[in-house]
Amino acid sequence: MAKMHVSTTINGEPTEFLCDATDTLLDALRGPLGLTGSKEGCATGDCGACSVTVDGRLTCSCLMLAAEAEGREIGTIEGLSQGGKLHPLQQKFLEMAALQCGICTPGFLVASKALLDRNLEPTETEVRYWLAGNLCRCTGYDKIVHAVLETAAEMRGASR
Amino acid sequence: MTSESNVKWIGKNTIRPDGADKVTGRAAYAADATMPGMIWGKILRSPHPHARIRSIDTSKAEALPGVKAVMTSADFVEFPVDTPVPIGIQDMRWMSRNIMARDKVLFAGHPVAAVAATTEKIAEQALELIEVDYEVLPWVIDVEEAMKPDAPILHDHIRFEGKPSNIAGKLEHTLGDVEAGFAQADVVIERSFRTEPVHQGYIEPHACLVSVSDGKATVWSSSQGQFMVRGMCAHMTGLPQNDIRAIPAEIGGGFGGKTIVYLEPVALVLAMKSGRPVKMQMTREEVFRATGPTSGSVSKVKIGATKDGKIVAAEGTWWLQAGALPGAPIRGPVGCGFAPYDIPNVHTLGFDVVCNRSKVAAYRAPGSPIGAYAVECVMDEVAEALGIDPLELRLRNAAKEGTKAAYGPVFPRIGYEETVRAAMEHPHYRAPLGPNQGRGVASGYWFNAGGESSAQVNINEDGSVVVITGHPDIGGSRASTANITAELLGIDYRKVSVLIGDTSVIGFSNLTGGSRVTYASAMAVTESTREVINTLKARAAKIWGIDPEAVIWENGEARPAGENAGNFEPLTLAEIAAKANSTGGPIGAGKQLNAVGAEGGFGTHICDVEVDRELGIARVVRYTAFQDVGRAIHPAYVEGQIQGGAAQGIGWALNEEYIYDKNGKLDNASFLDYRMPVCSDLPMIEAVIIEVPNPKHPQGVRGVGEVPIVPPLAAVANAIYNALGIRFYSLPMSPPKILAALEQTERLAAE
Repeated sequence: MAKMHVSTTINGEPTEFLCDATDTLLDALRGPLGLTGSKEGCATGDCGACSVTVDGRLTCSCLMLAAEAEGREIGTIEGLSQGGKLHPLQQKFLEMAALQCGICTPGFLVASKALLDRNLEPTETEVRYWLAGNLCRCTGYDKIVHAVLETAAEMRGASR
Repeated sequence: MTSESNVKWIGKNTIRPDGADKVTGRAAYAADATMPGMIWGKILRSPHPHARIRSIDTSKAEALPGVKAVMTSADFVEFPVDTPVPIGIQDMRWMSRNIMARDKVLFAGHPVAAVAATTEKIAEQALELIEVDYEVLPWVIDVEEAMKPDAPILHDHIRFEGKPSNIAGKLEHTLGDVEAGFAQADVVIERSFRTEPVHQGYIEPHACLVSVSDGKATVWSSSQGQFMVRGMCAHMTGLPQNDIRAIPAEIGGGFGGKTIVYLEPVALVLAMKSGRPVKMQMTREEVFRATGPTSGSVSKVKIGATKDGKIVAAEGTWWLQAGALPGAPIRGPVGCGFAPYDIPNVHTLGFDVVCNRSKVAAYRAPGSPIGAYAVECVMDEVAEALGIDPLELRLRNAAKEGTKAAYGPVFPRIGYEETVRAAMEHPHYRAPLGPNQGRGVASGYWFNAGGESSAQVNINEDGSVVVITGHPDIGGSRASTANITAELLGIDYRKVSVLIGDTSVIGFSNLTGGSRVTYASAMAVTESTREVINTLKARAAKIWGIDPEAVIWENGEARPAGENAGNFEPLTLAEIAAKANSTGGPIGAGKQLNAVGAEGGFGTHICDVEVDRELGIARVVRYTAFQDVGRAIHPAYVEGQIQGGAAQGIGWALNEEYIYDKNGKLDNASFLDYRMPVCSDLPMIEAVIIEVPNPKHPQGVRGVGEVPIVPPLAAVANAIYNALGIRFYSLPMSPPKILAALEQTERLAAE
């Protein structure tokens, strides 16, 4: 079967790619687009390692067809830092040791940013439930939750 | 050595060297690698838990356009069953049969053949064209069923007490005379326990990319040891080790499960046969079905104590599922179970029982959580029977320097008592509990490991430093290496780059496992750095024209040792580096050693649960873990190990289990159905670091990573008892089980 042509926007850049009708967005990101920061931990939407935003909405890219990216705005981990400067969440994850092996980290960062974009004053419970779709097996989540809360506090301070 | 007062980097939460790559998505894990001309490998797996392979016909698959190679176990070196072929603690006889079935399939999911094709889809189509003729055999998964006289026998060559058996091995430790010990006891409690297999649950599925050109193979893979990968690939294919270069990709979690190979030798054979680079990547379902969980178990533990709270005898027997091939971690419970206690009479016994499910792999302190679960639950009952506080009972019987452990050693200075005292003094232990809440405590022990490590320390022309070690960094060990090197050299840690060398770059280094990496690599890095410092002093002496003995190294500078040595301005590392060529050439040193004196680690945990009586859900609402880590080189990553281990233990206690259907097939092979703790399941986990330095290590390090998974199973069980007054003797304590117990209690109360 012929490949499908998709025009989309990824991390603010107009992007075109070819895919099979059955390819997921994750397949396209990791394959032809070379954006391997999104990880495949399960391919069933249970681990969140492939988290991206689609028109600002947090999505498992393994659960979405690549062809559905047509005309959408996709945000991936590769777009989180701007001009070589880390996003405050990335910086805080480093400072607070909120990662160990790092495989889930891109997904947690994309998900955390999607939370803070909506709610810059999340409670611990809100952070925990928002991130409940992202599995981490190394950290016990403690330092991740602390890092997100701390980043939110700093960003609130900076925006005052 | 560095004195405590001027320590600059050891004990500091520095930014890890690989951090920026990991938060930007740039870090290269095995599945991220590609090569020109790369093709895809896939594995055909057995649908049956137990069957004889009559024949395999691959001709139709080979004829499918796009298929470049097909392989079966006939393409591997055959290791006869009667001759052990050890690599580390693994045996190639079993490892090769685990990754590609020979004669028989032994579990549903057991590989029988593999193909490589130009696309993943063609590879999948080709698998469907492989015809395997199976003679289906009766199967057994449960450990008790597997030991019955009429159980299906997995391996004709395994005999126990002279008869064909599924019991593949036995381990026993004896100290004193338990019979005489129990005779002195005022209280004797004996209980039986059961645990189910649980998976390591690393988020990154196994993956590799193998390229062979001109007979030389390059293997990129996610593993806990590139030298292990090279060794096992060499054994299984017959290639010499110098023809295999194993490159450690970043690893997305392992917890022991990546201390062995599954894909690499298969991809290597496919690459040799096809002449193309071959990439293989497991699905999550394959990870659950065919990679090693840890053993399920049944056990029996008996403890006897006198009225004053002195334990006089202890006995424990553990039967552990090995899965399809021998190798259950029986030394864990048998060696570690009673290790926290100074008990004069101990008898422990363990059995390695094969059954028709995937072969076990190491999982964080292999076997020890299973041991501690039984022992620490019985300890709780003994404390209750004696009317003694459970931590007080542990303190009265705590192992200390000079205690003889039943598994052999006499303990040197250890920090077990300190963990118990810290727990007793912590506000958590006295905090009030709410309705339906309960508190439990438990302790745990792990041996820790030393072993082979290599390091190379090079001084760059500008005075910055590159350190290469040979252990995959699974949780931040590069940060510890940077701290130690910067400390010794007296420079900023940001001047130190730390890399993990591949098998052609750095000397042999044993696995990342056994909580050994920071312990052992720090020794190799320390020795290398000390030699570099000696060279730096000699170069300064040469520049000044004085005796090298008259130079000292302090705060990153060479200085004359005293006034007699002469009056010279100090020379910085950068200044000496700039003159390296004129003073004798490049500066660097590499050391290789076999680290001994790892010394075991102890932890004590306090757990609070709250039980929802309507739904049967036990939630951990507060958790504090106390652990003697020797010396915390990077405290935040030490805490991270403790928190992560505790979280895995909580999952084991409350939710995780392998569930098999009536056909002997795993019924919950996904993250949806195999329920690991998610963020909203857990509270903050407080890690209390206790530092009783290991006298046998230059920085005082003890292994950290494995101990924290040992106590939680019993800590949670004891907390649930405290909340409900009901003791559970099997794991997981999942909602249906708790609900059934609550309903039964209510029924009995009503009658």
